[in-house]
Amino acid sequence: MSSFWVYFAARPLFWIIVTIATFLFSSWLNRRVGGTPLLHPVLVALSLIIVFLQLTGTDYDTYFSGAQFIHFLLGPATVALAVPLYDHFERVKKMLLPLLIACLCGAVTASASVILVAWALGASEGTLLSLAPKSVTSPIAIGIAEKIGGYPSLAAGLVLITGAIGCLTAPSLFRLLKIEDDAVKGFALGLSSHGFGTAYAFEFSTLAGAFAGLAMGMTGLLTAFLVPVLVRMLGLG
Amino acid sequence: MLIGLMLLLLCQLLGEWVVLALGLPVPGPVLGMVLLLVGLVIKRRVPDLIRLPSEGLLRHLALLFVPAGVGLMVHAELIAAEWLIIMIALVVSTVVTILVTALVLKRLTRKLDLGATEERR
Repeated sequence: MSSFWVYFAARPLFWIIVTIATFLFSSWLNRRVGGTPLLHPVLVALSLIIVFLQLTGTDYDTYFSGAQFIHFLLGPATVALAVPLYDHFERVKKMLLPLLIACLCGAVTASASVILVAWALGASEGTLLSLAPKSVTSPIAIGIAEKIGGYPSLAAGLVLITGAIGCLTAPSLFRLLKIEDDAVKGFALGLSSHGFGTAYAFEFSTLAGAFAGLAMGMTGLLTAFLVPVLVRMLGLG
Repeated sequence: MLIGLMLLLLCQLLGEWVVLALGLPVPGPVLGMVLLLVGLVIKRRVPDLIRLPSEGLLRHLALLFVPAGVGLMVHAELIAAEWLIIMIALVVSTVVTILVTALVLKRLTRKLDLGATEERR
């Protein structure tokens, strides 16, 4: 029986199905409790999968050998963001300069504030360097963390937690600031919470989703250049 | 559908090549997104064969983050030691980032008065 289990657990297919099934269950659960970002399907799914891996004594590499086929789709999905972006291209064109300025302010704030707060609280250097790219979409964050000497896989996880925090806090922040324009909402979500925020913004409207996708792309580009400079300025790495 | 999926992958591949050739610090898919956007602007519309696979992928964007997220388990020890610092830093920074971004953009676009076309799903 145990060799049977090993055989199946080693098959990539098994981990693909585990990932999709767990995600479907988490989505169903999330709808049942009224769609709160606190029980965001991604967070619930990854917690359940981690528990399952530990119960079965499976290491992350084995899981990822199957799950990488889902992970791989992040690439074409990122490219696909061009479609909603094009649908709202006229509005983007009119707002280009404000968007650039907002993106610069937001990206600097995102990296600088997280480093400063964590440093003031006494975080270790590895943690600091893995936190720096936290507002950037996972594939970019992994690259940045590698480059400046953080832990890439920790950076990827912190990016997700940031995304959930963004989705959790954004609605009340928008209410506080009396922001009604879906373009502004989407842009702030995409900048602070990357693809996670983008997926959430699509639930407001396709306009919000498009601006979130745009913010995610711009922030990714900008942060990739910005963080190495910032880290050197603060004397880390 | 299949042609569209191939075109998405092709844009990604071109993006990866350019990144590799020029040694850019940016991931290939982001550059691929820029390439596809340029293509759509030239074509002046989104052909259905690209729209269908794109919207299919984007509808399930959240699922695609799960495999990377499970990677947190590798850092259980570090997280156990510094989880409070990490959470405080992330919450403070994320809230400040949203506030700054939304306020700057709101302030800058108010003057433009753009007759927003809100499109609800």
